[in-house]
Amino acid sequence: MTDILDLSLAAARRALADRSLSAVELVGAYAKRVEATRGLNAFITETLDHAVEAAKTADQELASGDAKPLTGVPIGIKDLFCTKGVQTTAGSAILKGFIPPYESTVTERLAAAGAISLGKLNLDEFAMGSSNITSHYGPVKSPWTRAGDDRPLVPGGSSGGSAAAVAARAVLAATGTDTGGSIRQPAAFTGIAGIKPTYGRCSRWGIVAFASSLDQAGAMARDVQDCAILLQAMAGHDPKDSTSAPLPVPDWSAALTGDIRGLKVGVPKEYRVDGTNPEILALWDQGLAWARDAGAEIVEVSLPHTQYALATYYIVAPAEASSNLARYDGVRFGQRVPGKTLDEMYENTRGAGFGAEVRRRILIGTYTLSAGYYDAYYLKAQKVRALIARDFREAFQQVDVLLTPTAPTAAFALGEKMDDPIAMYLNDVFTVPASLAGLPAMSIPAGLSSDQLPLGLHLIGRPFDEATVLRCAHVLERAAGFTARPQGY
Amino acid sequence: MALDQKTVARVAMLARIKVTEADLPGLATELSGILGWIEQLQAVDTSDVEPMTSVADLTLPMREDVVTVAAQRDAILANGPEANESFFTVPKVVE
Amino acid sequence: MTQLIEGRTGSWEVVIGLEVHAQVISNAKLFSGAPTAFGAEPNEQVSLVDAAMPGMLPVINRVCVEQAVKTGLGLEAEINLVSVFDRKNYFYADLPAGYQISQYQQPIVGKGRLLIDLPDGSQREIGITRLHLEQDAGKSMHDQHPVLSYIDLNRAGIALMEIVSEPDLRSSEEAAAYLKKLRSILRYLGTCDGNMEEGSMRCDANVSVRRPGDPFGTRCEIKNVNSIRYVAQAIDYEARRQIEVIETGGTIDQETRLFDAGRGITRTMRSKEHAHDYRYFPDPDLLPLVLDPAMVARIKAEMPELPDQRRQRYVQEFGLSAYDAGVLVGEKETAVYYETVARGRDPKVAANWVTTDLFGLLNKTGRTIADPPITAEQLGGLLDLIADGTISGKIAKDVFLILAEEGGDARSIVEARGLKQVTDTGAIDAAIDAVLAANADKVAEYRSGKDKLFGFFVGQVMKATGGKANPAALNELLKTRLQG
Ligand SMILES: [Mg+2]
Ligand SMILES: [Zn+2]
Repeated sequence: MTDILDLSLAAARRALADRSLSAVELVGAYAKRVEATRGLNAFITETLDHAVEAAKTADQELASGDAKPLTGVPIGIKDLFCTKGVQTTAGSAILKGFIPPYESTVTERLAAAGAISLGKLNLDEFAMGSSNITSHYGPVKSPWTRAGDDRPLVPGGSSGGSAAAVAARAVLAATGTDTGGSIRQPAAFTGIAGIKPTYGRCSRWGIVAFASSLDQAGAMARDVQDCAILLQAMAGHDPKDSTSAPLPVPDWSAALTGDIRGLKVGVPKEYRVDGTNPEILALWDQGLAWARDAGAEIVEVSLPHTQYALATYYIVAPAEASSNLARYDGVRFGQRVPGKTLDEMYENTRGAGFGAEVRRRILIGTYTLSAGYYDAYYLKAQKVRALIARDFREAFQQVDVLLTPTAPTAAFALGEKMDDPIAMYLNDVFTVPASLAGLPAMSIPAGLSSDQLPLGLHLIGRPFDEATVLRCAHVLERAAGFTARPQGY
Repeated sequence: MALDQKTVARVAMLARIKVTEADLPGLATELSGILGWIEQLQAVDTSDVEPMTSVADLTLPMREDVVTVAAQRDAILANGPEANESFFTVPKVVE
Repeated sequence: MTQLIEGRTGSWEVVIGLEVHAQVISNAKLFSGAPTAFGAEPNEQVSLVDAAMPGMLPVINRVCVEQAVKTGLGLEAEINLVSVFDRKNYFYADLPAGYQISQYQQPIVGKGRLLIDLPDGSQREIGITRLHLEQDAGKSMHDQHPVLSYIDLNRAGIALMEIVSEPDLRSSEEAAAYLKKLRSILRYLGTCDGNMEEGSMRCDANVSVRRPGDPFGTRCEIKNVNSIRYVAQAIDYEARRQIEVIETGGTIDQETRLFDAGRGITRTMRSKEHAHDYRYFPDPDLLPLVLDPAMVARIKAEMPELPDQRRQRYVQEFGLSAYDAGVLVGEKETAVYYETVARGRDPKVAANWVTTDLFGLLNKTGRTIADPPITAEQLGGLLDLIADGTISGKIAKDVFLILAEEGGDARSIVEARGLKQVTDTGAIDAAIDAVLAANADKVAEYRSGKDKLFGFFVGQVMKATGGKANPAALNELLKTRLQG
């Protein structure tokens, strides 16, 4: 038999169903792998004992024919999802020791589908970052290294723990959240697949909020099919979230027909910016060629306001964050640093509890919302955002899906790009526009850089048309035949 | 848009984040850099554009007027620093 | 109607605008399913949303929205079919999220009006600027511990309607009249119980002074005053204080002040010294609130009669004076009581009994119309006995007091005690005979032209019948007999 860890989620499900593999074996193998890969610092909190117990129950269910879609499947949960009775930190010192008395809707759905959590995965503090270096619980290391270079690399972020754990086969799949690219960019950096569904597809209830109008949960796994299976269990209308879409969830696995003949694939011409890494451009062209070979029609489209997406994002997200993070004040949960007066206690608690990047964004957001600046920044950004969304609407009158690179570079080393926040923000140049427009988007591993690091291709779809994104991604994934594995792991 | 240290200190006060004197110059430079970068938006003509507040193409759903939450004081107070059995606590406030 | 205040350097006009926070009557909170009942143990009515736990999201309560619309219609205001919830950001111990969900630029209700009732029976229109929905904060207690304040979040998240008036009020009396009228309307509508002691209606008063004809002066906001009497006191004190400051060469700082009920003064609120910058922006957790016009139409169709309409009806249909009608409609319970008494009876007689006898009795016994010593049904029964001639008005006053003391119904009391009026002319004639015989001299005087003596004879005959003679019959018979 092949190594248990080599089974995809879909294959593991089949093996569990035909009883050729027990949940105890499967979960046990992953629990060992979690221990073996602790050097990556992918987990903030492990729940292995609980997982092993849960596997026994799963086996009973499998034996009695009561199995649910994910019964016995070991997964990891980004530590931004509140989990009842299990510490939830959002990667921040300020939430150290916080034990929610409630379970997020998405993780509750996963549990109801039978999935078994191995623990809470590391992330950039409050999901603010593209490298996972801002976590109070230490940076996550990518399981990948450059050929001939042992320096540790970042896994991307903010769902860096999720990406590293999936890539290192410490979990079969993981939840992520994506505000400006936080699922797709780390997926690209670590050679896995990741999908951010349409805003409103997954409930935000119980997910620590970063930027409420952008935050969306999604799935990270080894391939497109596994993403489809995981997302299927996560998604669906939730009356507890006023922005949750009251729409049925289609059968996404069934959408993976392998057939994209006649599909119109759009290429936004403005994405071909000067100075883009030639390797990235070559991969993009390759992706378009694969699509054409599979019978799709390639159509050039224009997204004229896309160049303003990053600046727009870096107004909207910090503004919302500055308000969302006001509740971390040392009164009802998390850490408190004493002070003589109420304001002193607030200032001490928040001064000590937030790291540099979170502090930076709260200050920017506070400033741009403040009296006299609101119109020039926040209101302006919301107007440009409307234009960006309109660009996409118009493009989708001509095409069914857009194809772009996921990130402008391959993963960088820990310590690189660290002192210039704007250089770091540029990582999200290809992912942010879809976030601002709330569109479904997915990254798939499609090739290797010259120093043998994974590169991703990025697909963007119409609102609530995850099915087309997944179908096209599935075809490109087959064409790419990405089989590389991280060297050290 | 360049931020001076006084403005940074005021914004930090509004955000209730303690920033030391020593941190102010660096922060002022950093934040000015970011604000200068986002200044590029001023080039976009938005004269006839309605601001977008949500991408969700929905109107606000309403729930029925039903009590769904039972008393759960212990759970509510469980994570509170220096909470007692009935209350959250803060340093004494003088009104 | 302007009332001027005399200062040392001339007269001043006080300008007042009121912001009333009225707690919406609903079972659950505005954005959470926690209960709203008053008087629970601390932190027993708190949901995860109310405590602003990480990842918690608001979902709006339909009834709170309907109550706001109903109140807006009661204030003859524009209902905005699209309104927006914003976050008002500030840090305070009893504000768990660090922001209050409120409505800023696009409130659910726009401009309206309210007629205040002045002592002379006339009315004056006061503009309503807006009404918006927002969350209440929790409660801080500062006197339970030497170095800590205690936070109770039971109230956090309860729906409030903030009702803002134009700066149209010109005296503390007008401010009090405004609050009484607003409270009356809210109670008629059933959208707020108006109970200021329990904090379900709270008032902030914006007060400034100016020379008559000048532009508005700088205003101070007096926060959270919890009775109508205190609002009036606070305004009077604050106006005097401002006049004093200006007349001694000072200027007024725009600030938030607190009313100290114990000392009857206002003072600077220390915790509000920080310059505020609320950084309002649309709450991204909530979409625009879009009202179905059919829903507004339904609420409009179901609107109850309001105090002014009722007052007009009492004047037109019942022929009551504007004053009496005003007194009867002020409290909804009084109007309901009155109408129960008046139903099928003489409305003017009923109004007299309610406004004089019943109100007098309430005053004397310290009871309220909600818990009266005599029910409307009991009083109605008593009036029936007068109407059908069973008892006289005079006897009725005695029966009224017996009803108040002992309960029961008027007819049984009258029968048991033999208070029934004598209408038998034979019995009255006999009494007249006796009286005329005993006062032959006075009969002579009367017949020689001293008409005034008629009253004396009535009194004597009445006395002889134990007060039970039917007054009309007595008058008739006596007149005939005296004419000889
Ligand atoms: Mg106010
Ligand atoms: Zn208010």
